[in-house]
Amino acid sequence: MSNISVSELRKGAKVEMDGAPYLITDFDFCKPGKGQALYRCKLKNMITGSTMDKTWRSADKVDTPDLSNRDVTYSHSEVDMFVFMDSETFDQIHIPASVLGNQKYFLIENAECQILFHGEKPIEVTLPIFIEKRITHTEPGARGDTATNVTKPATLDNGWEIQVPLFVNEGDLVKIDTRTGQYSERVSKA
Amino acid sequence: MNTNSDLQRLTALRPALQLRAELTAYIRAFFRDRGFLEVDTPLRLAAPALEEFIDAEPAGTGWLRTSPELQLKRLLAAGYDKLFQLGPCFRQGELGRLHQPEFTMLEWYRAGADYEAILADTRALVIGAAQALLGRTTLERNGHTCNLAAAWDDWTVDAAFARFAGQTVDQVLAQDDGAFETLLVEKIEPHLGHDQPAVLRDYPLAFGALARRKPGRPDRAERWELYLAGIELANAYSELTDAAEQRRRFLACAERRRRDGRPVYPLDEAFLAALEAGLPPCGGIALGVDRLLLLLAGARDLRDVLPFPAGT
Repeated sequence: MSNISVSELRKGAKVEMDGAPYLITDFDFCKPGKGQALYRCKLKNMITGSTMDKTWRSADKVDTPDLSNRDVTYSHSEVDMFVFMDSETFDQIHIPASVLGNQKYFLIENAECQILFHGEKPIEVTLPIFIEKRITHTEPGARGDTATNVTKPATLDNGWEIQVPLFVNEGDLVKIDTRTGQYSERVSKA
Repeated sequence: MNTNSDLQRLTALRPALQLRAELTAYIRAFFRDRGFLEVDTPLRLAAPALEEFIDAEPAGTGWLRTSPELQLKRLLAAGYDKLFQLGPCFRQGELGRLHQPEFTMLEWYRAGADYEAILADTRALVIGAAQALLGRTTLERNGHTCNLAAAWDDWTVDAAFARFAGQTVDQVLAQDDGAFETLLVEKIEPHLGHDQPAVLRDYPLAFGALARRKPGRPDRAERWELYLAGIELANAYSELTDAAEQRRRFLACAERRRRDGRPVYPLDEAFLAALEAGLPPCGGIALGVDRLLLLLAGARDLRDVLPFPAGT
């Protein structure tokens, strides 16, 4: 871990406080009353997602977190763990479901992902932007309803429910944007 | 940078550039009509003013001015009684939504006056500029309507700290370096100037490097800052005219800068000689013209009203 002067901070920079990595989501310089410069930041905890305000003084130093990305492919799941394989070392990496959140519904065998580590601790998994999933259940769309922004619920093979356009049917293969978890387009009909 | 998008950005800035041209024309007419003489002082100085937290940009054998204050006071000592200057100043490392390392400063000075007379000028100027440029005397910002023509709030620093920070100024000054500024930003400023302009006045002496002591309160400086629609816009002093005290303050400031590892500028002996010869009692002010433009334009960031800002 190294430290830097707060004057080097910018929006998007990452800092470490009390053992947790934070992302700077907003940053401003101010200099009240002809006094010393202050740096007013909004921070987001990269593990819990909670946000906070922080004012640093110009002489302050902040720690930078030890963050690293590893390229992995998804292998399989075991109880409440998801197992990835490091693309370089072929080591198995076990990721708890809590790190993945809803992303666990979009994991596909052999998908090329990235895992962000804070020190030795995995904190975030980045999936391919688009994945393809088959619809296992959805009610037929109402006949004659051609409005493009009308959607209906549809269930994936793993039980997760998404919203799809009315023309999508059971057995169709659809593309999902893993960043938003939303339907993107239909790949093929059943 | 993509050339086309840069040119599109510049094209879209036309309303801000027009507003700026109208603003500077209004300012010049305002002071000419009141008998002020416009002057231009050098951009490059051999001895910029010593202030604890203002760093000058090196330029050739000297530094770019951080303010024209010392030169304008030499003119006052020579008998000019009402002066103003509109032009660029430079402060190293100041970059943010409301800071640019190169910015446009309006300074004016009145001999035979103090910071109260400057406050009356300032009120007439901002109300007049808004009326002339916008056809109204209100500014919209952060969900508030700041009514420029209403009675202005007027807080002493002591009253504001007691009210909003729950501590006395002297308690705060006894804490570590930076406690005063941090509380000012986090606890005081969020309350200032939203529905009508607010004046914050009578700072601890350490925060009024070139201001005179308040009569009856020698530990406070006769200095005010103006907050308009929540933004700090201007800083005014009843000017310090005592040459010996000014020299002591400069030397103490030089020592603190040396201690903090900041560059130390030579004393401006011509300025100190002018004080010794006799600077009349006077009041003066520095007002950020780019910030006033931002307020009039309803913008949130100086980079949105300047054609060639730093930090993009």
